[in-house]
Amino acid sequence: MTAADPWQTAEIAGPKKASVITKPAMVLAVISRAQHPVLLIGHNAVTIDIGGRKLIDYLLDLARVKAIPVIATGHANRALKARGYTGASIMPAVEAGHRIADPTWNGPDGKGPCDLIIIAGLPYPMAWTLLSGLKHFAHHTKTIVLDNTFQPNANWSFANISVKEWQDNLEAITADSKSGGETDV
Amino acid sequence: MLPLTEKKISLTIKEMESGLGRIKDLSISIGKLSAADWAEPEGPTPYPSLTALRSWDRTLLSRYQPFYMPFCDLCCLCTYGKCDLTGTKKGACGITMPAQQSRIVLLSACIGAATHTSHARELVTYAIKKAGRDCPINPGGNAIGVEAPVIRLVCGEKPEILADLETVLDYCESQITALLAVTHTGQEGNPLDFESKVLHAGMIDQVGMEVADLAQISALGYPKADPDAPLAALGMGTVDTTKPVILVIGHNVPPSVAIIDYLHKEHLSDQVEVTGICCTSIDATRYSPRAKIIGPMSWQLRYIRSGIPDVIVVDEQCIRTDALAEARAIHAPFIATSEKNCLGLSDRTCDPADAIVADLSSGRLAGVLILDPEKAGEVAVRVARTVAPARKNARIQTDPATIREQASACTQCRLCQRACPNDLKIPQGMKAAGAGDMSLLAGLYEACVGCARCEQACTKEIPVHSLIVAASAERIKNEKFTIRTGRGAIQDIEIRNVGGPIVLGEIPGVVGFVGCANFANGGKEVAEMSVEFAKRRYIVCTSGCAAMSIGMYRDEEGKTPYEQFPGDFAAGGIVNVGSCVSNAHIAGATIKIASIFARRNLRGNYAEIADYVHNRVGAVGVSWGAMSQKAAAIAAGFWRLGIPVVVGPHGTKYRRMLLGRADHDADWYVHDQRTGEDVYAGPAPEHLFVAAETKEEAMVLVAKLCMRPNDTTRGRAMKLTHYIDLSQRNLGTIPDDIPHYVRTTADIPVTLKGEITRILAQSDWKERPIPDPTLLTRDKPSPSKER
Repeated sequence: MTAADPWQTAEIAGPKKASVITKPAMVLAVISRAQHPVLLIGHNAVTIDIGGRKLIDYLLDLARVKAIPVIATGHANRALKARGYTGASIMPAVEAGHRIADPTWNGPDGKGPCDLIIIAGLPYPMAWTLLSGLKHFAHHTKTIVLDNTFQPNANWSFANISVKEWQDNLEAITADSKSGGETDV
Repeated sequence: MLPLTEKKISLTIKEMESGLGRIKDLSISIGKLSAADWAEPEGPTPYPSLTALRSWDRTLLSRYQPFYMPFCDLCCLCTYGKCDLTGTKKGACGITMPAQQSRIVLLSACIGAATHTSHARELVTYAIKKAGRDCPINPGGNAIGVEAPVIRLVCGEKPEILADLETVLDYCESQITALLAVTHTGQEGNPLDFESKVLHAGMIDQVGMEVADLAQISALGYPKADPDAPLAALGMGTVDTTKPVILVIGHNVPPSVAIIDYLHKEHLSDQVEVTGICCTSIDATRYSPRAKIIGPMSWQLRYIRSGIPDVIVVDEQCIRTDALAEARAIHAPFIATSEKNCLGLSDRTCDPADAIVADLSSGRLAGVLILDPEKAGEVAVRVARTVAPARKNARIQTDPATIREQASACTQCRLCQRACPNDLKIPQGMKAAGAGDMSLLAGLYEACVGCARCEQACTKEIPVHSLIVAASAERIKNEKFTIRTGRGAIQDIEIRNVGGPIVLGEIPGVVGFVGCANFANGGKEVAEMSVEFAKRRYIVCTSGCAAMSIGMYRDEEGKTPYEQFPGDFAAGGIVNVGSCVSNAHIAGATIKIASIFARRNLRGNYAEIADYVHNRVGAVGVSWGAMSQKAAAIAAGFWRLGIPVVVGPHGTKYRRMLLGRADHDADWYVHDQRTGEDVYAGPAPEHLFVAAETKEEAMVLVAKLCMRPNDTTRGRAMKLTHYIDLSQRNLGTIPDDIPHYVRTTADIPVTLKGEITRILAQSDWKERPIPDPTLLTRDKPSPSKER
C-alpha cells in the first residue's frame, strides 16, 4: 500500500490514474495554464478543519486571488454567503459534471468551456465517480483535487497526506497565488 | 414466437348442431384472464415487447441525457477481456464505455426485476395453495375499483382472481429473460437502446411487485388500503428478552406467517417473540401486529451479535451471506427456507419435524434447509422454546473493560476507516476507547451501516463493529419506536379527493421515500426529510427499510412520525404502503390519478398515461441510501412513468444519472393540446435521476422536481414558495433559476412578489402561456432523436 493508492482501499479505477501532486507549485502551474478554470466546492469543505482554519477558507482565498468562478454543491453556498462570497453558482455536483463534460457549455461565468476543474470538499465516493465521468467524457477538461486523499480518476491529486502536510500545501498554494508563482507540471 | 396475448384461446359458440346434439351458448377459455369481458377499450401497447415503448423512452432520454460515471474503467464480462474502455477506447467486442455503463445498469435492473418477479411467483403459488385459485384479488374491498393499476396499464388486463396473476407473471418472466439476453456480448451496442431496455426492466419490475403484493394482501388478510392500519413495535429495545426470541430476515413472508400461525394454533402467541429485519418483518406485522420489527438490513449484525435471537430463520433477499456464520458464533440454530438461499445446508424438508428439532436443539446441526414454510415455522418455534433457557443464561455482554482492552490493540493504521463506505473516523473512536472514553465509538453507531468491512480490514482482528455496538448498549436499549403497518394500496376515494389538487399543483407534491437508508446518518436524514415535507403538506409515501427509518425518531413530545402524522393519502400524511413490493402502490397511485381523476383509459395505454403522469402529477421518489439492484429496478420503473428520482451521494455508483439541461431552452417545449402549438414549459421536472450530496440539497431538489407544466398559477405559486423557502433555508439564497418557473405574474408567490419581480426584471423573462401539456405529438414525428 502506498500513499498514492485510492483512499478507499477498494476503489481501484483502471489503467489511467492521477499524477500525484508533490509540491504546491504544481497546482499553481496547472491553474495558471488554464483559460477557464472552475472551482467546485463540496459541503465537506465547510466542516473540515485544517489547523484551526476551515478548508472552505483556503478555497475561497484561491478563488478570490485567482478570480476563479465557484460552483457550490451540497449546501456549501450557505457558508460561502456567511463569508461574504455571493457569486457562486449553485448546482448539484453531478449536474456540474454533466455541464462541464459538454464542450459547448460556457462555464458558470459564461466566458468559455471549462478547461480545468478544481475539486475539493465532496464526499470521497461522490468525487471518485464524478471524476470518473470527467476522465472518460470531458476530454477538453483537466481535473485537479485539493483534498488530502488520493483520487485516482483525477489528472492530479494529492496522495493520502497528513493534515499537517495538507495545511502546508494549501498555505503555500494560497500564498503563491497571491505572488503568482509558477513551475513545471 | 407469438405474443403472449395470441397464445390465449377463447371460443364462443352461440348455437351449433352437431352429431353430439345441439350446443348453445358454449364458451371455452384457455389461458385467458377471468375479466375477458372488461369493457375498457384496449390501448396500443398491451403486453409491450422490448421495443413497443421505445419511442416514448427516446422522448424521455432526449430530455434527460445519461451522464455516465463509470465505476470501473474495464469490462471483464467475457474472456476477450479484461478490456480497457477508458475514454474513447472500445472493447474487443467493439463496445464503448457509454454502452458498457448502460449495459451494467441494465444487468442491475434485470437482477432487481428478476428478484421481485421470482418473489412474486413464489407468493402467487403460495397464496393459491393457501386460498385457492379462485380467491378474489382484493386490495381494498369496496374502497378500490382499480385493483391493479400497473397490470391494467402495462398488460391491458384486469385480474380478478389469484390465478389471473400467473398469466401476468408469464409475461414478466419472458421479458426479463429477453432483457437479460440483451446484455450478452455482441447484442445491443447503442447506449440509448440499452437505456430504453433499462426502463422496460423497471416497468416489468413494477408489474412483478404489484403481483406480489396483490397476492399476499388478498390471501393473507393484510390491512386493505387502510389509512389507520395498526401501529407495530419497532426497535431492538422493544424485544422482551426473557422470552424465546425468533429472528426472521429477508423479504418473503411465508415462513414468518407459518411461525405466527403455529404460535397461534398452540396458544403460544404471548410466550414467544417474533422479531424481524428487512421487509419480511414489515410483512409479518401486516399479518400480525404482534410481530416486531428490529430495523433495516443494516441492523443484522448488531442484532445477531447481541445474542438476543434464539433461532434465526432466513428467506430471501438482502440477507447477509455470512448470516449462518454469525448465527454459529452466538450458537443460535439457523433455518434457511428458500431455494434461492440454501447456504450449503442439508435439505431436511422431507424429514419429520421431531427429528429436525432434536438435531438443532442438541447442537448436532448448526443449521438446516427446510423448503416447506409450515414445517419451518413449527421447527423454529419448537427449537426456540427448547434452546432459549440455556441461551439466556449463557448470553455474553461486552463490558466496558473488554471494549477498552480490545480497542487498545488498535495501531491507528486507519485501514478500517479506508474500508468504511462512509469514511467513519473509527481510529479516533478506538484511540479514545482504548483510553476508557467510549463516547466517540458510541457516536459512530448511528452513522454505521453495519457492513463490518472495518473488521475485514483490521490487521489486529479487532471486532470493530461489535465494539461500536457494545459501546452503544444504552442507546440500543432505548430503541423503542412505532411504525404504522403497511396499508397496501391507495383508496379510490383518496385519489378522488387529492387528484385535482395534485394535478393542479395545489398539493405541492407526492414524495416517496423508498429503499434502504444505508448511508451515514441516512436513516435519520430520511426521517427528517419526511417530517419536513409532511409539515409542508406534501403527501409523503414510504415503504420497506425507509419506512422503518422514518419510525426510528421521536419529536420533542416523544412521538414517532407515524404518531404525529396520519396515514391517509392526503396532504400532510405519511403513508406507509408496506414492504419493498408495495412500492407498486406508490406508482399505482399516480396511475390511478390519470384513471380515476382524469378518466383516462389505462388498458394497455402506457405512453399516454406516462405522459400524463410526467406532465401533471408532481411526484418525486427519494432513495437516499439505496444500494441494491432491486433499488435500480424500482427507480427505473418510476423513470419510465416520467417520475424523477433523487438518490444520495452513494447513488452516483449506479453509474449514470439522467439529467436535464435547464439552460437548453429547446429541450423544454411541450405540445399544447389546446392550441396545437409547441410552447416553452420550463424545465419541469428538470432531472429524471439525480444524486444529491446532502439532505439539504436533496430537499431543495425535491421541491423543484415536483413542479409540472400543468400546474395552475395557484399551484405553481405554492410550489415556488416551498422551493424558494427551502433554498433560502438550506442554501442561503433564492435560486437563480426562478425565471424558468414563473410563467405569468400570477405564478409569483404573494409574499415574495417584490423580490421575484426584481429578479424577473433583471432577466429576459417574458410572460408565457400555461399549456395543456403533452410530449406525445400524434400529428408529427416523435421529438426523440438519435444521439
